[in-house]
Amino acid sequence: MSGTGKGVAFSTVQCPVPIADYPNVLMAHGGGGRLTQMLIETMFLKAFSNPALEVMHDGALLDVEKGHLAFSTDSFVVRPLFFPGGDIGSLSVHGTVNDLAMCGARPIALSVGLILEEGLPMEDLWRVVQSMRQAAGRVGVPIVTGDTKVVDRGKGDGIFINTSGIGVIPPGIDIAPRRARPGDRILINGPIAVHGVAIMSVREGLEFQTRLESDSAPLHDLVAQVLLAAGEGVHVLRDPTRGGVASALNEIAGSARVGVVLDESKIPLDEEVRGACEILGLDPLYVANEGKCLMIVSRESAEVALEATRAHPLGGRAEIIGEVVEAHPGTVTLRSRVGGSRVVDLLTGEQLPRIC
Amino acid sequence: MCLGIPGRVESIEENSLGMTQGRVSFGGITKDVCLAYIPGVAVGDYVVVHVGFAISRIDEDEAAEVFRLLERMNETAELTIPQPS
Amino acid sequence: MRFIDEYRDEEAARKFLRAIHALVRRPWTIMEICGGQTNTLIKFGIDRLLPDQVAMVHGPGCPVCVTPLELIDRAVTISRHPGVVFTSFGDMLRVPGSESDLLAVKARGGDVRICYSPLDAVKLARIRPDRQVVFFAVGFETTAPANAMAVWQASRLGLKNFSILTSHVLVPPAMEAILGSPDNRVQGFVAPGHVCAVMGYRDYEPIAERYRVPMVVTGFEPLDLLQGIYMTLQALEEGRYGVENQYARAVTRDGNVAARELVDRVFEVCDRKWRGIGPIPESGLRLRPEFEEFDAEKRFEVEGVTACESSLCVAGDIMKGNRKPRQCPVFGTLCNPEHPLGAPMVSSEGACAAYYHYARSE
Repeated sequence: MSGTGKGVAFSTVQCPVPIADYPNVLMAHGGGGRLTQMLIETMFLKAFSNPALEVMHDGALLDVEKGHLAFSTDSFVVRPLFFPGGDIGSLSVHGTVNDLAMCGARPIALSVGLILEEGLPMEDLWRVVQSMRQAAGRVGVPIVTGDTKVVDRGKGDGIFINTSGIGVIPPGIDIAPRRARPGDRILINGPIAVHGVAIMSVREGLEFQTRLESDSAPLHDLVAQVLLAAGEGVHVLRDPTRGGVASALNEIAGSARVGVVLDESKIPLDEEVRGACEILGLDPLYVANEGKCLMIVSRESAEVALEATRAHPLGGRAEIIGEVVEAHPGTVTLRSRVGGSRVVDLLTGEQLPRIC
Repeated sequence: MCLGIPGRVESIEENSLGMTQGRVSFGGITKDVCLAYIPGVAVGDYVVVHVGFAISRIDEDEAAEVFRLLERMNETAELTIPQPS
Repeated sequence: MRFIDEYRDEEAARKFLRAIHALVRRPWTIMEICGGQTNTLIKFGIDRLLPDQVAMVHGPGCPVCVTPLELIDRAVTISRHPGVVFTSFGDMLRVPGSESDLLAVKARGGDVRICYSPLDAVKLARIRPDRQVVFFAVGFETTAPANAMAVWQASRLGLKNFSILTSHVLVPPAMEAILGSPDNRVQGFVAPGHVCAVMGYRDYEPIAERYRVPMVVTGFEPLDLLQGIYMTLQALEEGRYGVENQYARAVTRDGNVAARELVDRVFEVCDRKWRGIGPIPESGLRLRPEFEEFDAEKRFEVEGVTACESSLCVAGDIMKGNRKPRQCPVFGTLCNPEHPLGAPMVSSEGACAAYYHYARSE
């Protein structure tokens, strides 16, 4: 259920729930009564403190500027809870911030729904909550409302988290798959498959030793910079999480009815990630990423977008990895390093490590 | 069949059953690998690893053969391509 | 990565291709047995860069594909036993049995886990004496040393809760079955590099003699395949037969003696049924009587399982190289990775899956 995470910044603030009295989460903590109150007041309010939350209403009341809003939701069920480079908490904050960013939106508020498994060590919950606080704090987005439930032991994986978020889209920005057109260039802000490999390195049955850490990070600022530089030239944004770059591009190609051609030699890939993928028999194109962003931009704005990305701390190794074409609409192909070409298909089920 | 990946032996030890094993590095990540089938294996050797077992040691001299062949093909190609007059 | 990247060099690949194009005068049919080699050919688009006269046909080199249906059904049955932890390589999880597969068992609450190595299964058995750990020991000769070591260790440790479900197959008998078949069209072989790294290639010499075919032991990277194909074509054009070794950096004529010794101690040769092909005598391995206690088929009650193969699946023809996946009437329609009718569509190394994923649109 819990785990000791490598590379997790352990907060030195003491867990406010008296651990001696409540070392583990109990069913009653989700029951709505005294223990729930205590959990909310001592742990959540303390960590996420902000005016909207403190009102302690059933819902948060917000003043938003007029305009286009983006609204997104995502749930997080990662195992193990703590992994090199992050944990389920930071992942859940970054995840929704990024979903909003992929719409071109600046995040203004988040909600958090927690489903806790009875027996979860209180210390682990505190670490996750602290991690969420730090992540949200760095982004500058308040967590304004939330909910907690507890399920019976054995009915959950320690913690499941849902985060939802509202963001504001600057005027004149229209980002959607349908805007992809032949001639567009496809950029990515850095090396692929890092997150998935970092998780696998601590998964039971597949362990290997590596310095790799998850690349989970909030992309809202990078997106803002690219939009500033390339404006209307930015057609599509997508963070290639589950299913990797291949799945994300297949979805876009399918929905926009365009073809995509990738150049294998241009796709940034770390040696360590390669090594892990080779021994497990995985294709990095299908491995999950976090903190990565695919950007489909007009040919004319490609250079400017690339420059703006490379100038950002999260985009130093950005590359143009392919282009949108008229041919084979709905299909993604790859020009291999050896000169041949192949289709990059949609995954069937999960990619499984193989021996063959 | 037979995903066999070459990796570099970084360390060697014997486990509690007397089986030789070691850490093998693949582009920077390392994994515990059984080395029992490579008697005389040494740190710095490259081995082909399949499902957690080293099944063969790479002969670096033979490894270069592919490229020596290419070189020879290069030379013969130059001899047979008719030069424009 | 060393010993990988150099063998993916584009310039060098083009040189080999030019040489192959310059060399070929007549049409030839060459088979590569190993699924990993099929995968490289199609993934890097090499098969389409070869001259038209060279027909590459794909052989039964996918141990996942050739595991008999009954065995999959037995695996499913065993994995449903309470108290069993069923462990397997990832490849096996989606292979369809008669009415279910291991992934479905997992979804319904069965304890089915992926292992990278059979030693992980042994480790699991040690730390969970309350469970029966079963490992699905599938593979060609390449994997036999690993499975042998797992059983050997379990035996030394006196483990009472570890057993393997064996589906080991051998390449040379399959080669003979193909060459000896009346409708055989294969004229040369690209032989499996890692099988030979373990076994050496002495066993192939009498076959090459008897049928007068060239065989080249070949590796798995693009340059390996190109060189292996080049050497095979050279032999064919020059009318030579016999065994040559392209993969000399990892393969010697005698193979890995230490590995073969342990395999010999733990396993013995037996007849085996190949899914899609049928029984081939002396083409498999089973545990020797002294290691019977580690045989999952004996430990668990699994008799009375009747297997039903889809009548539409032509896997046998595909694996013998008589048909290409695209020539199967249900390829991509009734049979696709989401609803596979046979193993070659499910296994990542199966010819049908490779074509479906990488080359479907052509």
